[in-house]
Amino acid sequence: MALRATYRESQGITVVDIGGRITLGEGSALLRKTVRELLEEKRTLILLNLADVDYIDSSGIGELVSAYTGVKNRGGTLKLLHLTKKVHDLLQLTKLFTVFDVYSDESTALSSFR
Amino acid sequence: MSQDTKHLEITLETQVESVNLAEEMCLRVAEAAGFGEDDCYRIGMSVREGVINAFHYGNEERPDKKIYLALDLTPEKMIIHVLDEGKGFDLNSVPDPLAEENLLCTSGRGIFLMRAFMDEFKVVPGRTGGAEVIMSKKLPSAQHSGNNGKGEQKTESESKGA
Repeated sequence: MALRATYRESQGITVVDIGGRITLGEGSALLRKTVRELLEEKRTLILLNLADVDYIDSSGIGELVSAYTGVKNRGGTLKLLHLTKKVHDLLQLTKLFTVFDVYSDESTALSSFR
Repeated sequence: MSQDTKHLEITLETQVESVNLAEEMCLRVAEAAGFGEDDCYRIGMSVREGVINAFHYGNEERPDKKIYLALDLTPEKMIIHVLDEGKGFDLNSVPDPLAEENLLCTSGRGIFLMRAFMDEFKVVPGRTGGAEVIMSKKLPSAQHSGNNGKGEQKTESESKGA
């Protein structure tokens, strides 16, 4: 399934709802484009909602890391919300769970930015 | 090759679409061979990573080069070969993606994932002069009770860095 990404504003935080596969090619490219556009609009507090992301490969992991560092370098913060089991397990396996701030509840995630 | 071994091979173009094609083909074989959902996921991911490596690092995304994917289905295991037309590489020179200083690297996790998800994994010099990734997973019917297909078993060559 192709990746799709839409975003909304909540309590000053940009929540990006992502669905599909973040893999080499279009999926990774769309995530990169979305984050780049947000940064151009000076939106630097970003919550990636991965509830509907059912698959991610090493390219997708790389793109998540790139998004994280890109936002951080602009003085912002990027956090993750609602990981599916596969994505959760993959982040744990690659030790990225220690890098990303991960939440399973949106209101808690939004509060954490304050 | 034993008569009990089924062999399938395909030549792939060096393009992004080949990654999905290879994954889908191997998934069909894995499902037909009786692997469960979790193992199919691991096999599919490993094939993706093998072909991504061949596409990006081996063939350097050059469309004039090919990627050779082969599957052997023996009574014991499914063996996957991914061969590129690059210059080959030394597995020992691949940085550890779990090292603190590499955690924020945007690449370099493919080999780690293949090692984690498959029972056996090695890289050998291929007939093209490029690298040949060879990895396998035991069939469910051949798995011992202590191994739930989670990739605990490693070959000697893998532990030595092939």
